Amino acid sequence: MLSFVLRRIGVMILTAFALTFVVFYMTNLPPNLEKLAKSEASVRMDDDAVASWLAENGHTGPVLMRYGEWLGLLPGWTLTAEDGKVTGRCIEDGMDPAAAPTRCGILQGNWGYSTVFKATVSDVLARSLGATGWLMLWVMIVMVPSSLLLGVLSGMREGSRTDRVLSTFAITTTATPEYVSGVILIALLASATAGISPILAEAGWIEGKTLFPGTATSAMDDITFWNFFLPVMTIALYGIGYIARMTRASMTEVMTQQYIRTARLKGVAFRDVVMKHALRNALIAPFTVIMLQFPWLLNGVVIVETLFNYKGFGWTLVQAAGNNDIDTLLACSVVAVFVVLVTQLISDIGYVFLNPRIRLA
Amino acid sequence: MSDTTWDPSKPILEIENLSISFFTRLREIPAVMDFSCTVMAGEAMGLVGESGCGKSTVALAVMRDLGKNGRIVGGSIKFKGRDLTHMTEEELRHIRGSEIAMIYQEPMASLNPAMKIGAQLAEVPMIHQGMARDDAWKLARQIVADVRLPDPDRILNSYPHQLSGGQQQRIVIAMALMSKPALLILDEPTTALDVTVEAGIVDLVKALGEKYGTSMLFISHNLGLVLDVCDRLCVMYSGEAVETGNVEEVFDKMRHPYTQALFRSIPLPGADKNSRPLVAIPGNFPLPHERPKGCNFGPRCNYFVEGRCNALDIPMADVPDGHRHESRCLRFAEIDWSAPPAAGKTVEKTAIGKVVLKLEDLKKYYSVGSSAFGGGMKKVVKANETLSFEAREGETLAIVGESGCGKSTFAKVLMGLETATSGQIMLFDENVQSTPIQMRGTGTISKLQMVFQNPFDTLNPSSTVGRQIIRALEIFDYGTSDAEREARMLELLDLVKLPRAFADRMPRQLSGGQKQRVGIARAFAGGAKVVVADEPVSALDVSVQAAVTDLLMDIQRKNKTTLLFISHDLSIVRYLSDRVMVMYLGHVVEMGTTDQVFAPPYHPYTEALLSAVPIADTRVQKQRIVLEGDIPSAVNPPPGCPFQTRCRWKAQVPGGLCDREVPPVRTLDGGHQIKCHLSDEVLAKMEPVIKIAAE
Ligand SMILES: Nc1ncnc2c1ncn2[C@@H]1O[C@H](COP(=O)(O)OP(=O)(O)O)[C@@H](O)[C@H]1O
Ligand code: SF4
Ligand code: SF4
Ligand SMILES: [Mg+2]
Repeated sequence: MLSFVLRRIGVMILTAFALTFVVFYMTNLPPNLEKLAKSEASVRMDDDAVASWLAENGHTGPVLMRYGEWLGLLPGWTLTAEDGKVTGRCIEDGMDPAAAPTRCGILQGNWGYSTVFKATVSDVLARSLGATGWLMLWVMIVMVPSSLLLGVLSGMREGSRTDRVLSTFAITTTATPEYVSGVILIALLASATAGISPILAEAGWIEGKTLFPGTATSAMDDITFWNFFLPVMTIALYGIGYIARMTRASMTEVMTQQYIRTARLKGVAFRDVVMKHALRNALIAPFTVIMLQFPWLLNGVVIVETLFNYKGFGWTLVQAAGNNDIDTLLACSVVAVFVVLVTQLISDIGYVFLNPRIRLA
Repeated sequence: MSDTTWDPSKPILEIENLSISFFTRLREIPAVMDFSCTVMAGEAMGLVGESGCGKSTVALAVMRDLGKNGRIVGGSIKFKGRDLTHMTEEELRHIRGSEIAMIYQEPMASLNPAMKIGAQLAEVPMIHQGMARDDAWKLARQIVADVRLPDPDRILNSYPHQLSGGQQQRIVIAMALMSKPALLILDEPTTALDVTVEAGIVDLVKALGEKYGTSMLFISHNLGLVLDVCDRLCVMYSGEAVETGNVEEVFDKMRHPYTQALFRSIPLPGADKNSRPLVAIPGNFPLPHERPKGCNFGPRCNYFVEGRCNALDIPMADVPDGHRHESRCLRFAEIDWSAPPAAGKTVEKTAIGKVVLKLEDLKKYYSVGSSAFGGGMKKVVKANETLSFEAREGETLAIVGESGCGKSTFAKVLMGLETATSGQIMLFDENVQSTPIQMRGTGTISKLQMVFQNPFDTLNPSSTVGRQIIRALEIFDYGTSDAEREARMLELLDLVKLPRAFADRMPRQLSGGQKQRVGIARAFAGGAKVVVADEPVSALDVSVQAAVTDLLMDIQRKNKTTLLFISHDLSIVRYLSDRVMVMYLGHVVEMGTTDQVFAPPYHPYTEALLSAVPIADTRVQKQRIVLEGDIPSAVNPPPGCPFQTRCRWKAQVPGGLCDREVPPVRTLDGGHQIKCHLSDEVLAKMEPVIKIAAE
């Protein structure tokens, strides 16, 4: 088991290097750098000025070298100006150049400076990941139990009425992307002019104009049912349908297996046939799916956070991309790669754990 | 447990005029009609018949588990006097597993893969007797010991995939016995197992039946097994019982033409492919919705009389002077049952020609990683150890041994699906041992063909039967037009006794036996010089086996084909082969002509194998040799003689030689080869395993 995990981690690290290099390369293409120069210094710079600004700020070396610096594997660039002033990647303003460290990349914990948020990237990331973490946590809390329940209920008696109703629901929700379901939910529940809010307001059953607020910004400070319900549901609905359908497929297959008949013919009650004999076998496939959902959640998070103006990871990513914030963008991609790979590792380990037929040495 | 009023002298199970139908979108399929049988306390009732005749349906009806589309449409099933057909789910639940238990064919599939053996066993008394968990595990431990499994504690804590097939089936039996049921239903419990393992299981079932006084409904297509296990017998044909009676009576004084035909189609000792060939039952088994008027067996019956047999439904009738012996035949009193079978077509022995296939010191080792994800230590599986033999034109060479002994590996190497580790294979004058199949010319491929062991895996589930056979014909470059191939395909269906209508069916619409036939039809689509038949008939019904063996022999005679017949069934091997090679754990332990191998002196393994084969003949007296334990793993074979862990003759070899040294191949009189340390004197003292008592 240990060697398996170690090997997986090794592969993970290699993949992470490759992916981050690709992102680094893309974000550091000349047009992006030119934009950076213009936004940082002056919009009206001519080409020569841009070139010299880039040179002064260490953006001109070979891309591999800059990548190495960014990682912290290679020493950061230094430049001695004509007036003898030494600047460099690792030399902060007013710092004695001699005292500065030679390497300062993400490996040293230096993620760079966000040009949009005017703060270090580590601070930006910490804040936004924290916010997104809460969102994800609640999505999981809502999504996993309800989707498994739906899947098991519809799969245990294939073709029954319960099955048909639940399957229709599941298919509908997976077929609706977040940007559609988000808008529908807002219109239905959080609009002063449409949906049920005007009716409720008229009847005097709600205090404000709408049942739910249309933004989740206040959840940054204090999560409540009211400000979190809509974003969580928007993300969860899609996932519920998807996982429920997986679970159902897996459950219907398990229910036709001989060992289920064996259990039935042992006199096991139907409830226990489902709970004790079918469930664990039926959960093997959905478990993998749930873990692989995590990276996909990041995707939904981008849409939902933007829609509900919730300043989490997705929102930050959108801002960074829109404003050519190279360091933040790079950091976001590192996080994303990390999340994808870690969840895959967990899903593999969990699969082994659930399925006794696979044993690792 | 609510049956204190039941009188033990009454039948445990009384099925009366039971009719069962399956309802599909197209039609009602009457799977079982007017079926009656009684099982008394402590009695073992055998249910035999070809696949699809409704045996399993009867068993499942007793369990009231016919699935969504199956329904009992008439008759009653009384268990201890109470009618099961009118019970509610809840009442049934109390009977299932506690008073009636069922065991079926695939042990691996019947065990929950994600639950420990102990938990699966302990569940039964916990449900039915409300036993505490610890007590239930204790009981489980005891029953596991009862089914003669070694190291019960380890077994209880294992998952099903960690046990061998034989061990799994013992667990399934243990599970059925957990609450000491009054009735045990066994649906082909040993069909998936090796003969020596089967022999152990059968012994166990018999002993446990006696120990606990359990009544049994024993379903099998193997008449020999039924003779071994059962007191009474019910022969089914196409959804009906056609004959019931005491086993001896039905075997020796059968009173139904189908029973007689069945016995004439199985290779009993004395049958011979040339002088006394098997008589296959002509025609096809009728599909449930295409049964003829009157007697179902009419179209295939030798005694059929127009106007009588096909007039009215035929009732079961008592056979005079019998013990509860009944037959569903109008003419049983008129037929001369002692008349010998009409002299079948006897044929000339095929002349054995020149050597076409020659193997020298063939070795095949596999190296396997020790963990599922590679890495770790590499181990070597010696699947074939120094195989040397020749096969001649027109000859049938049987390769015998249990699963894992290397038969199939050998076939794969020969076919070029694997390459040999060392040694030589000469096919005609071509050296093919290192030529994989992709590199072999069409000529070589068409010369050497194979009939596969398991057509379930080789049939494409999403293509019709006809399409798949035509596809094979295309691969073999048969014919020039689609019409020609189509015609050949229909001929092939006839050849394997499938109705032509099956050309349009999907594999999943066929029974196991029918699928097997399609596989064989497809494999025979092209003509070949050397045919490797890997267990081609082991999953077939007896009457079909006869037809297929006949087919194989026909092809052989016509084309002078060399047949390498791989099998674990010694009856059929004895019937059709010229020479026999016995394998164990990759070693050839004995080789000789059929007569040499089937008579003493034997190799100790051959002896055990012979003893394990059930023979459907009441005159046969067998020496019972039950092998202990399982076949050792090929990854970790024992040192010295491969058979030493189970050999009962080992003590006769002085100095522990068997533990240390692989025995040399010794050549006895007439080129008979044995790989064993036993001295000539001991070998000479060996007694025949099978004796036929004088009448
Ligand atoms: N679920 C089912 N739906 C339709 N037909 C079935 C079903 N199960 C069995 N049958 C049909 O019932 C007949 C008897 O089958 P079965 O009892 O399995 O025979 P056996 O056990 O003797 O091989 C066969 O013709 C088979 O095709
Ligand atoms: S009733 Fe007629 S057709 Fe049927 S088994 Fe008897 S003799 Fe044959
Ligand atoms: S060599 Fe010894 S162990 Fe092997 S079969 Fe002969 S007697 Fe038995
Ligand atoms: Mg069956």
